[in-house]
Formats: sequence, structure tokens, C-alpha cells
Amino acid sequence: MLRLRVNGETHETLAESSETLLEILRERLGLTGTKHGCEVGECGACTVLLDGAPVLACLVLPDQIEGAEVTTVEGLADGSALHPLQEAFVALGASQCGYCTAGMLLSAKALLDEQPDPTRDEIRAALAGNVCRCTGYASIVDAVAQAARTLQGAR
Amino acid sequence: MSAPREWAGRRLGAVPGGADDGDGTFRVVGKAMPRVDAVAKVTGTTVYADDLSFPGTLHCVLLRSPRPHARIRSIDVQEAAGLPGVVAVLTGAAMPTRFGVSPSSEEEQALAADKVRYVGEPVAAVAARDEATAREACKMIHVDYELLEPVTSIDRALEVPMDEPIHASSRDSNIHRLAAVEFGDVEEGFAASDHVREDVFFYEGSNHLAMEEHSATAIFSDGQLTVWSSTQSPHSVHRALSSVVGLPMGHVRVVATPHGGGFGGKVDPCAHEIVVAKLAMITGRPVKCTLTREEVFYNHRGRHPVLMWVRTGVTRDGRIRAMHFRTALDGGAHGSLGAATTYYTGALQPATYDLPAYRFEGCRVFTNKAPCGPKRGHGTPQPRFALELHLDKLAEDLGMDPVELRRRNYVRPNSRTVNGLRITSCAIEKVTDEVLAASGYSRRERREGHGQGFAVSAYLCGAGTPMYLNRMPHSEVALKVDRGGVTVFCGATDIGQGSDSVLATLVAEELGLERSDVRLVTGDTGLTPVDLGSYSSRVTFMAGNAAIEAARKMRTTLAAAAAEHSGGRPAEMTVAGGRIGPLSFEEAVAAAEELYGTLGSVGSYAPPPGISTSKYRGSAVGPSPAFSFSAAVVDLDADRVSGEVRVNKVWIAHDIGRALNPVLVRGQVEGGVYMGLGEALMEAQAYRNGLLHHPSVLEYKTPLSSDMPEIEYLIVEQPDPEGPYGAKEVGQGPLLPVVPAVVSAIHDALGVWVDEVPVTPDKILRALDARARGNDPRTGPRAFPKIPYPPCEKVAIPDAATAAV
Repeated sequence: MLRLRVNGETHETLAESSETLLEILRERLGLTGTKHGCEVGECGACTVLLDGAPVLACLVLPDQIEGAEVTTVEGLADGSALHPLQEAFVALGASQCGYCTAGMLLSAKALLDEQPDPTRDEIRAALAGNVCRCTGYASIVDAVAQAARTLQGAR
Repeated sequence: MSAPREWAGRRLGAVPGGADDGDGTFRVVGKAMPRVDAVAKVTGTTVYADDLSFPGTLHCVLLRSPRPHARIRSIDVQEAAGLPGVVAVLTGAAMPTRFGVSPSSEEEQALAADKVRYVGEPVAAVAARDEATAREACKMIHVDYELLEPVTSIDRALEVPMDEPIHASSRDSNIHRLAAVEFGDVEEGFAASDHVREDVFFYEGSNHLAMEEHSATAIFSDGQLTVWSSTQSPHSVHRALSSVVGLPMGHVRVVATPHGGGFGGKVDPCAHEIVVAKLAMITGRPVKCTLTREEVFYNHRGRHPVLMWVRTGVTRDGRIRAMHFRTALDGGAHGSLGAATTYYTGALQPATYDLPAYRFEGCRVFTNKAPCGPKRGHGTPQPRFALELHLDKLAEDLGMDPVELRRRNYVRPNSRTVNGLRITSCAIEKVTDEVLAASGYSRRERREGHGQGFAVSAYLCGAGTPMYLNRMPHSEVALKVDRGGVTVFCGATDIGQGSDSVLATLVAEELGLERSDVRLVTGDTGLTPVDLGSYSSRVTFMAGNAAIEAARKMRTTLAAAAAEHSGGRPAEMTVAGGRIGPLSFEEAVAAAEELYGTLGSVGSYAPPPGISTSKYRGSAVGPSPAFSFSAAVVDLDADRVSGEVRVNKVWIAHDIGRALNPVLVRGQVEGGVYMGLGEALMEAQAYRNGLLHHPSVLEYKTPLSSDMPEIEYLIVEQPDPEGPYGAKEVGQGPLLPVVPAVVSAIHDALGVWVDEVPVTPDKILRALDARARGNDPRTGPRAFPKIPYPPCEKVAIPDAATAAV
């Protein structure tokens, strides 16, 4: 029995030792907001936070997450109030097909948690492991910068 | 021949209390607004195809061929079928009917039965209680292959086949399609030219790499088949399914799920969609199949590698007198939309330049590689790349500014091209002016290693003819209005481009409502009227016009009811701000329901007659109700020691007619520029001996956020007379000029030509090396193969009288 916290909620679930965090989230816990674009750690779509640090859920195995705190896209908003990153992605059209969005949001959150006032190059570098084929990345970088300003204003 | 159908566009007359309130301003149209589905997407609640699950679902895995070309002697599934957890094993023998996205390409089987034609072609399928079991069972299927010589290049495909042709239908050769047509007298044009130049170019194939891997789930119950799939064209899947599984169209429903990216890769009906349907019918249980990333590369349908030869004659002052363009497409193993792709490699050269005489010869060959098909720009980025660089070289020959050479040959608004295309709105001059002014191209810094390049392009706003011959509308909309609200039903499929948002915008504008008041049901062949799909940049123009027609009819009905209820005249009933005359929208709807009963209206769109006047083999490809025009300037640094290129900035101007929603427009423009940069500098679906080099996201290089330059986009709004509120396409056009502009800028920086993309550092270094040795300072193909083109079909140039638009 695997015990972990996801978005503040404690879960106990069965999991094969070879099952990935991606599979556990999507197939055992029904949290399908986390996406897969390769399942071998190359595209960034399944990025989640593991104890605050961004990881590729498709490469994380159960013995790495026993007792850990996992944050997924479903855990970003506060009830129906969107996280500033989500608000900025909505307003600026940073999510088009939306398939890379969950991973992008969590990579961006990890960045802003570490570096509240990033330069555009720092944003680009932080998101370089997340592939997006729709946007050309510009609106995403803009959205992260806007969210950073909002979060700083709130401090 | 029966009388031409009444053109749906003609029914779009002015309506009293018109949507623009008579002053040209709009309440919803043109406003920067989020997508209608944006919150669902950022909160992870959007349910994509692989997120769907039904109780008792079986998981399907496809067994794919490890051989590029082989006859199947036998397939033994006994051991696999006996594995605990396996419910059904399927081979091609159970589905002999061949299918394809267009009638000219119905040569595919969902599971190959007689022979395999590329590595990765599906040969068998297993449905099991879970994916791991299905995968295990696939290893227990024994296929006995008799190996055939693989054909892996255009040159090899043009030789007499060593063993047998890839397709029996292509008789004794591997040539899939030949095109040969001449407009005007090309030889006369060359003879009258002061200077004639020939060049050869190559454009490598590439994959769409949509982030979402294809996925489909099927349920068969009570004689009804339902398939949920991440498709760009539920209508195409609907037709193929009905044909292959043998159910009437009325017993098959295809639902396009919210879509994780298409770019053309999900237009074709795919093997897995048909296999899950068949397995659901056999097992009576839901069956799901999600491709792995590697499988997506094999499914492909991506950009065709194209070899091109172009010869152009010009006068001393830069006026083009004649052009002869030849293409050779490496089509891969199946037809897909490749016949159309072949014609597209010749169709749009005259859409930017006024060519007094033009000859096009095209050839698509079958090879033992994953099938190519439509990718963003469909068959036009390759010739655009060649044409723009060829013009740069002609300008250099003449000692003329390359922009000025182009301007002297630009097409004009309201004209007819040499190949019969109707050009209406056309801001090619304006996009040129804007992009030059913003970039400072003519004043650019001239130093070794730094350069700028300029290019223009045109693209269609929807294919003028459907993929299969018929005279029905291309897009249909039904509108339901009652005390429960407003719902738009349309077969259009939102693949991330924002077509749902466009439909909501147009209907809200017409009915005087907010966008949030409009509910959408789209992309569901069981519920929505037909739309042909999200391809050829057709949805805003075609579904948009259909939606406007339906909404205007509804507005007329509601205005009449409001007038009767309030004792006024319908013409006095202003429709705006949630009110219809003196009544609220809801009161007007209640009044209309009392008076007329159930309220509904429909609208449809078919391109107008006259968008093409020329008839010849292939003339169905190219005509469109409108064309968009784009211009780009790329600024870059190119290192002559390492051969590396760093793009500093891209300026792109796009002639969109009207921007219905600037947020969506920006996404399409920047996304197109991004994809163009990828194809210019790194993307390649390349093979070695029939094996794909890079079937993974890691090895298939695409630009990342850290690679992207700044993009400055300039939107030119000159409303098109027939577009919805004047709008034209933006999904594909902005990609096109970027690729040649990159290569032109590299020439500007280093003085060498790289006549093939992607431009990798080694190609730049080879060109520099050639220059240092006193050879032709270029890298690229040296020759164009000898191709048995048929005699050219001679087509008269449309005369001035019929050309009047």
C-alpha cells in the first residue's frame, strides 16, 4: 500500500513497483489533468511538483513518493479562484490545445516559488523542458511574467 | 448538367438592425477575449480522448511491422489468443475493405493483410483487460514475412521496381501521381525573357508532433457504433468507419474529443480508430487504443519531402515572363491526401506573383516509409521555400533589390491568376510595407555573420472543393433557441485553434448576446450537422459563414416576435445588449415560442461558383473563397566557424481580413512562425534504410522556449467581402514565409546558399567550404531526376472578360 498526499489530500492506493506516478495519478486516483506526450521523460507534459520540485511523473516510481506531497494541475486553484498563473494563461491565450498546459503551469510555479521576479530568459530556461507545439512559447512566457507581477503585488 | 446550386453566401443579405449597428463597431467581434474553454484547460478538467474511461473497457494494442517491405505469408495468433486476459485478436483478414481519406487514396487496410509497406504498419491488434496484457500478447503473434526490396528514396522509386511495386494499383512502377499542366505559352515566355535561371531545392519531411498522442475509444451497443477520437475530421472518420465495418452512416457516431493538437496529423482516418470499432463490435465491450509517441511517428501523415526544380525567365526590369516548376514528392507508403499535396506543390505560386505563363509538373512516388500527408501549409511550404529563394537569386542576377523584384510581380486585388484562381481581397503590398517598416530591412546592419531575409506567401481560406466529389455544403450549422438558452450545433472541430470560440463570438454578435450566453455542441456526427473538418484553414470562413446565416435567420424570427408582442415594426427592433427592441432576449424568445412553437434555424456554406474558371486535371486544388497573404523578415546571426544560427527576431505581417479575436490570432501567428523556424532549422522525419531515425520527442528536434526569438506580429485588417465579418484564415499562412526568410537571411549573413531545409550547421560549413575552394557557394541538391511526366495539358489563360471578379 502506497501512501502519498496529492494536492493536500492523503491517498492510500495499491501500486505495482514498476507503476509510474503518472499512471498512479491518472489511472488509480482519477486525476487526468496530468497529461502524457511520450511517457519516457522527453516532453514535459506530465510535469508535477514532488515536495515542491518539478518532476516528470512518467519517470517517478512508487518508492520515490511514499509519504511525499504531490501537486498537480488540479491543486493549483483555490476552490474556484484560479491561481495567478492560471489567470494569466487564460487571459493571454497561453493555452491553445491545452495539452502541455498542466506541465507548463507546474514548471512555472516551481520557478516562481524559487525566483519570484524572473527575467524572461530565466522563464524561458525554466520552461525549456516543456514542449509546446501551438503557441511558439511567447504567450506562455508573457503569462508567467504577468503572474510573477501579480504574485509580487500580492506580497 | 443540372443548374448550379444556389450559393449559400448569397443568402447572407443585410438584416434590419444589422449587427454592426450601422457604424462599423461590434460588441463581441474584434475584442481580445480568452478562449471559451480556457478555464477548463488551465484547471485540467478538459476531458481529452485518453482521459475518457468507460466501465469494462478493453485496451487495444497494435502489432506493427518491423519490416519496410514484405509479403505476409501467414499470421499465427493462436498463442496470443490463449493468453489469460486477452479477449480478442484481430488481423486484416477480418477487415478487407480498403479506405483512405479521399476516394483517390482508398488503398489502406486498417490491418495489413497481404503485405506490409513501411516499418510501423499495423498488422494485428489485441484487445485485453489491460494494456500490459495486450502488449504481451502482441509479442506472441507470429508473422511470417517474405522480405521484398525496400524502396527508400525518390530516385529508387523512379527505377523499375526490383521485386514488385509497393502498390499493385500503381501497375509496374512506384509512381503514385503525375501532374502536368501549362497555362499560357511558357516557351514563348522564356524566348521573350532577357534572363533565365534554373535552381534545384530540397525540403525535408517533418512530423506534426502534436503533444497529444492519437487516442480512440469505441462502444457498440444496440446496433449503434460510437467512436470518440482525437480527430480533426470526424466526418472523414465517420465515412471510413461506415465503409470498413459495414454499418450505415446512420448507425455510426463519431465524436471529436477536445483535441491536444493536430496540425494535419489527425485529418486522415487512422487504423486504430477502425480497429477499436471492429473490436467493440466483436467483443461487445468498450475498446480503447492510445498510440505511444513512437507509434505517432509511424502513423505520421506529415510533411512530404519534396525535391524541386524551377526555371524562370525575367525581363531586364524584373518582370517575370514565364515560370516552369517541377516537384518530386516522397509520399511514403500510402496515398493519404497525397494526390492533393502533389497539386498543391504547384497551385499557389501564381497566388502571389502574376505569372504570364506557367508550367507545372508534379510527381508523387510511393516509398517504404511512413505515409506522408497534410501538415500545416499542406504541400505549399516546400514550393514557397523554393520560389522565394529562387527570386532572391534572380534579383541578385539582375542586380535588383529582392523586394522590388517581387513587388513588380505581385498579384493585384480582384484579379484572376494564370491558373484561374479568383483573388479578391489582397493586402500583399500592405503586409510587405508593414514588415519592412517594422524590421528596418532596407537599413539593416551589414556585417559578416549578421543578416536579414524577406519573403512573402499566400494561403487559402478553405479548400474550394471537398475531399470527395459532392455538391453539398462544406459546413452546416443548426441553432436551437428556447427558454433554456441558445445552443449552436456545428460539426466543426476545435483542435486548439479556437473554432469553438469563433462560433460563439459570431452567434453572440448576431443575437446581441455575450459569448458566455452561447452554448456549443461541436464535432459530433450524431448531434451536429456536417462540417468537413479542421483542415485547409477552412473553419472560420466556412463554419463562420454558416453560423452567421443561421443566427441571422433566428434574429429575424425573434425581431418579428418582439415586434408583434410590442406592437412595433420588425425593423425597429434593435438587437443589442441582450435586448430585442423593448423586450429582453428571454422575453423575445418566449414571445417567439408562443407565436411559432419550436424555434430553430439553420445555415450552411459552400464556396461560390467562379472561384476558379479553369478546368484541368488537378484544378480542384488551389481555388478558395479567399486568400490570406503574409510577409516575414527574419534577423539572425550565423557563425562561419561553427555553422550555428541564432535567430534574433522575426517580424511577421499577416493579411487576416478582420481579427475576430486578437488573442486567438496571436496564438496562430506566433505558433505558425514557431513551426516554420522548426522546419527551417531542425525538424526532420529522416530515415536510414527504411528505418526512422528519430521516433522520439528527444531526438526529433523542435525549438524549445529557450530557442525562440522575439516575434513581432503585425495584423493587417482589410475586411474580405465574403469572410465572416471580413475575416480570413490565420492558421497556416504565417508559417510559409518564415522558412525561406531564414535561409535568405543566412545568405545575407554569410554569402552562401543553403538550398535545402532544415539548415543544419554542417550544411552551412559545407557551403562555406565550397566557396573557399572556389566552387559554387551552396549546399543543396545538384540535379533533378528524369521523371516520365505526361504531355502537358494546355490550359488557356482566363481572358479579361471572364476574369472580372
